Amino acid sequence: MALLEVDNLTVTFKTAAGPFVALDGISYRVDHREVLAIVGESGSGKSVAMLAIMGLLPSSATVRADRVLFEGHDMLAMTPRQRRQIIGKDIAMIFQEPMASLNPCFTVGYQIEEVLRYHMGMGRRARRTRAIELLDEVHIADPASRSRSFPHQMSGGQCQRAMIAMAIACRPKLLIADEPTTALDVTIQKQILELLLQLQAEEGMGMIIITHDMGVVAETADRVVVQYKGRKMEEASVLNLFESPRSPYTRGLLAALPENATGDRLPVVGDFVAADGVAPA
Amino acid sequence: MLRFLVSRLALIVPTFFGITVVAFLFPRLLRGDPVLLLAGERGVTPERYEQLVHQFGFDRPLVIQYLDYVWGLLGGDFGTSIATKNPVLYDFFSLFPATLELSFFAIAFAIIIGIPAGIIAAVRRGSLFDQAAMGVALVGYSMPIFWWGLLLVVVFSGMLGWTPIDGRINVRYFFDSVTGFMTIDALISGQRGAFSDAVRHLILPTIVLGTIPLAVIARQTRSAMLEVLGEDYVRTARAKGLPPRRVIGIHALRNALIPVVTTIGLQTGLLMGGAILTEHVFSWPGIGKWLLDSISSRDYPVVQGSLIIIALIVMLVNLLVDVLYGLINPGIRHRG
Repeated sequence: MALLEVDNLTVTFKTAAGPFVALDGISYRVDHREVLAIVGESGSGKSVAMLAIMGLLPSSATVRADRVLFEGHDMLAMTPRQRRQIIGKDIAMIFQEPMASLNPCFTVGYQIEEVLRYHMGMGRRARRTRAIELLDEVHIADPASRSRSFPHQMSGGQCQRAMIAMAIACRPKLLIADEPTTALDVTIQKQILELLLQLQAEEGMGMIIITHDMGVVAETADRVVVQYKGRKMEEASVLNLFESPRSPYTRGLLAALPENATGDRLPVVGDFVAADGVAPA
Repeated sequence: MLRFLVSRLALIVPTFFGITVVAFLFPRLLRGDPVLLLAGERGVTPERYEQLVHQFGFDRPLVIQYLDYVWGLLGGDFGTSIATKNPVLYDFFSLFPATLELSFFAIAFAIIIGIPAGIIAAVRRGSLFDQAAMGVALVGYSMPIFWWGLLLVVVFSGMLGWTPIDGRINVRYFFDSVTGFMTIDALISGQRGAFSDAVRHLILPTIVLGTIPLAVIARQTRSAMLEVLGEDYVRTARAKGLPPRRVIGIHALRNALIPVVTTIGLQTGLLMGGAILTEHVFSWPGIGKWLLDSISSRDYPVVQGSLIIIALIVMLVNLLVDVLYGLINPGIRHRG
């Protein structure tokens, strides 16, 4: 049984200009201990898909799917209360902007402890000890005093580490990382990716990394889904994707890497849905 | 924190002096010779007039008069009421508890209803509740206090007889003022029914004085919540699987409180203006009514003195708001 199985997921937003299809019949499958990368440019519906699975989309969104199974349980058929027992515990998510993703009004320790309190029912003292352990696990120096820091007192990299500590607090089976390094300095990006991979291997988690960065894909993923305008363009193992991309969009994406630039202009990716014979959304 | 407090306190000093200039110049800019007004309808002889001018110091240069006035203020001398011959400060503090009690109930009423209403309206944006609550808030905000007060009296005191018409307590009950707060004094007196009677007297004035703050707080809470609900950290809180009441009531509300607390602070300042009208409608023996009477009888020392005291109170409330910012969101303290 796959860890996560998504079949034919469609998300439509109500807008003033009529319905907007953000995600058009996408399917994913993630196994235990597997790292799946979802690649695509902004607006390709990468994050929307994950938020739909977590049940975090606003009420203006309509989510439809043949099935969304997490360990065999249908996520879409669950009541909000049932879903809340899974998200944050068995499925955890980290986001793009670590500074903005932490609440400025509470200490980092408090925000980690909340997860332990609600999902594990741990007492005050046990929570505090565990929160410090978790900060130590994500390699934050001086975790005891850092747990009493507010987000504005920490750097972006430290905030992302704290977010990761919060995400792994209940030993999740699936970790969804939505552009986890995009907002960080290049040197920090590498450290955070290494940390994520180390934790993934240690804990045996399944992991979904959402990114637009082919470098991140190459370094982390087992399998890759390339997504464009709410549709899946290609799915392949990471080796196959880089060696023989099938979809013209993927070829364009790879050709657009800055290292492939010629002259003083960066390469661009065109509109590839039309080239595939499918009308752009 | 200490540095923060000192810097905010330092800001109060120039504001205070600004207020004293206004208070000092005010009777001198008005039409009518204050000395003649003091003398009354029978008038004075030229000799007596000169004597009075000298006695009040009006024959000295304006700057000297001002310095003399401020020096007196700093020593706690806010002048003497022409009407009662009491020091202004004494009269003020014998009446202030009545106003404070009414203001406290009014702002508590506004907060207790306004914040939850604003939260629910924001969470159910566009719902029937949202539209109804914001419609009512707009009406409440636009309601002239005087008319609203009279309307409530006519309906609830006159037609239905549910609430008393005016005053703070029924004449049946008599006890000495200990705190000046009628509800507390009634409790202390131990007289049966006194407390509930005091509360019954508070209901209508509280609603009348609290209506505008209620409307403003509800609208402000709604817009602040709407902004905060779209923030990344609220999504994080949801992604943690926290129950909605915790996501909204703790994670979102704590951040939305900053503009709401600002509004509450400003409304508390404005409450004094509302209190004047409300106290007049309900014959509430507080400083509002006293101030209104002083203005119509041209009791200038009272008007000047109470202007300064009220300004000081408003400044203190705003200082408290500044301190609250830092407690609600520690990031602000460091940036401030």
